[in-house]
Amino acid sequence: MIAETGHYALILALAVAIVQMVLPLIGARIRDQQLMAVAGPAAQLQFVLVAIAFVALMTAYVTSDFSVENVWRNSAVAKPLLYKISGVWGNHEGSMVLWVLILALFGAAVATFGANLPHQLKANVLAVQGSIAAAFLLFIVTTSNPFIRLDPAPFDGQGLNPVLQDPALAFHPPFLYTGYVGFSMAFSFAIAALIDGRIDAAWARWVRPWTLAAWMCLTLGIAMGSWWAYYELGWGGFWFWDPVENASFMPWLAGTALLHSAVVMEKRDALKVWTILLAIITFSLSLMGTFLVRSGVLTSVHAFAIDPARGIFILAIMGVFIGGALALFAWRAPLLAQGGLFAPISREGSLVLNNLLLTTAWAAVFVGTLYPLALEALTGDKISVGPPFFNLTFAPLILPLLIAVPFGPLLAWKRGDLLAAAQRLTAAACLALAVLVLVLAFRQRGPWLAPLGIGLGVWLIAGAATELVYRVKLFEASRSEAWRRLRNLPRSAYGTALAHAGLGIVVIGIVVTTAWRSEAILAMKPGDTAQIAGYTLAFKGVVPRQGPNYRERVALFEVTRNGEKVTELTPSKREYTVERSGTTEAGIHPSWRGDLYAVLGDQLKDGAYSIRLYFNPLVRLIWLGALTMFIGGAVSLSDRRLRIGAPRRAQTKAATVPAAE
Amino acid sequence: MRFRRSPLVLFLAMGLLAALPAHAVEPDEVLQDPALEARAREISEGLRCLVCQNQSIDDSGAPLAKDLRLLVRERLKAGDSNQQIVDFIVARYGEFVLLKPRFETLTLVLWLATPAVFLAAILIIALAFRRRRAEAQNPAPLSIAEKRRLKRLLGEG
Repeated sequence: MIAETGHYALILALAVAIVQMVLPLIGARIRDQQLMAVAGPAAQLQFVLVAIAFVALMTAYVTSDFSVENVWRNSAVAKPLLYKISGVWGNHEGSMVLWVLILALFGAAVATFGANLPHQLKANVLAVQGSIAAAFLLFIVTTSNPFIRLDPAPFDGQGLNPVLQDPALAFHPPFLYTGYVGFSMAFSFAIAALIDGRIDAAWARWVRPWTLAAWMCLTLGIAMGSWWAYYELGWGGFWFWDPVENASFMPWLAGTALLHSAVVMEKRDALKVWTILLAIITFSLSLMGTFLVRSGVLTSVHAFAIDPARGIFILAIMGVFIGGALALFAWRAPLLAQGGLFAPISREGSLVLNNLLLTTAWAAVFVGTLYPLALEALTGDKISVGPPFFNLTFAPLILPLLIAVPFGPLLAWKRGDLLAAAQRLTAAACLALAVLVLVLAFRQRGPWLAPLGIGLGVWLIAGAATELVYRVKLFEASRSEAWRRLRNLPRSAYGTALAHAGLGIVVIGIVVTTAWRSEAILAMKPGDTAQIAGYTLAFKGVVPRQGPNYRERVALFEVTRNGEKVTELTPSKREYTVERSGTTEAGIHPSWRGDLYAVLGDQLKDGAYSIRLYFNPLVRLIWLGALTMFIGGAVSLSDRRLRIGAPRRAQTKAATVPAAE
Repeated sequence: MRFRRSPLVLFLAMGLLAALPAHAVEPDEVLQDPALEARAREISEGLRCLVCQNQSIDDSGAPLAKDLRLLVRERLKAGDSNQQIVDFIVARYGEFVLLKPRFETLTLVLWLATPAVFLAAILIIALAFRRRRAEAQNPAPLSIAEKRRLKRLLGEG
């Protein structure tokens, strides 16, 4: 009964989404207030209905209702509750329901908090949101129904892939999807602006918080996925340039560019047409990510050809939305008035540079990810594009960007003074250089580029601090004046500084751990000791242990450093009973210096165990930096200006004054 | 077999592949000479494990990857150069084995696309700057509607 309620709610939600798509659009066209007013309640109702479906599916999972095929395939009685819940989105059908739930949540949020939006804009935005929801609900109902019943119901399910039974991965998809789907807001606003044929700074002020929120979630989602890969996959890697990682990284790069161009648009009314295009591109990349992951095209082009129903459907959705949006853009964008002028050396100019490099960067990732697929589909030739290719094409684009980041916030709007900005950054540059020289001097091994990378990270952090120092006039004004300025500084300034510093932290983490990780591959018998990075590990032996739904063999290592006991490490190999497959659980000892990381392997012929030990210096900085970026976004989002939203000015017609200069 | 995959690939591949953990480079494979071993690792990182998803033979626990790792080490001990070894393996397994494709007709677009996008973007930005500056110097004449509006504003002012 519960499953049928969920199924019915999904179909109702589809009907409501279609209404939400059609009526407000007509209303906005013929300026009928009543038709336009349908949009808000429809968006809210649609959210409630999708939420009912989602809760129904979750109930089936939590109560282990194996008469529902989806539950039977992806759950089991003995599974801990957390993974029964995360099992809901740990499969294709359930994850699509989560996708639509988040989409509906964003729509309902606009309906609820968008009271001060111009009616026409609001109606158009919600209509576009409704159309996306309708497409994906149709997809779920026709090809990916999670509520199909089994008769007779089996006694126990097949369980969830053990590798997914992990706390970080339980929450990774919701964050990732919130990021993906959140960009639909920017997309809907862009389409609404194109339909309207006008756009102003208030538009950017509305779009920015939504984009920022989506970007924050995507940042955290990607970081969580990378952290999970680091400790679960058993060799300490954190980024693999895997097509699926790329699928989430491309929207992140485009979304980052969008955040920055939206600033220009809000503050200076410039880059309008580009910002609109970027909003379309960002969500298109999100859609493409969904297609890549959901269609099965990545496993192999052939797998896609064998069961193409889902893939073709998502491809069609993609084609309609991306093609339609770009066509609309080509048709209507020339109508949009151009905004303020600016010199190449200016804050706007620096943000154009940011956009140039980020856009080329995602284009590089895009080509590298899709080229092998396209080549195989067209010619049948198979090639591989892996980490060496991406490192080679991505790094030259990202390095100049990182060097340029601290300059941006120090340049004035309209016309900036590069020399003055450089002078202000002298201290930061000296600090970065000093660190570089110091690292070079003490370096014993590792690539010569690594000290440069560290210097770059320090440069980013010091550059972010420099901007704050000058904005509060720390060394010019009296202490009380500086303090007053510090408190009155808009939160978005702190947000920017935090996010840029976070980027620097990530850079240092990546460079140090890549350049100076140490590794030992050993065959150890109980009683043996091993040395790595100043630690001594004594191997005490392997014992069996029983978990809630798995058996494991746990190795015990006693870790000492300079004769003093530091910790015990217990890497293990798990065998999941129901799923009949296993995982390796690394034993990790985190410290500020870095992570000591031990992995237990198979028993060899002579009774010894194959053991891998790693020391990953400063590796935590990667995720700490990502977290700092997330916090920077949150601080910026709490800025009064964004919280209050667009002022009444949005109601008046957009000024069409060309060139203020 | 052990497949290194990112979380979402796992969602995708769930039920299709069972991820059984095993090790990549095993203790008995490691060469005595650290310099040779370092070269072996460097070569291995650029070679794809043919039965895995986007994973190098250095990270993979698949038996085929192990065979390839041993092959690389054998050739190293026989005194081959890195390039000779890579050529040897490509001759046996095809271009698919290279994680960084060679620059040739088939991969022309792959390698040139990024620089092309970069140059095109710079060109577009430069043209936009020039056009905007020209427009600012010679503003377009007022349209009829604008003239009417100007008249009205002046009249009211």
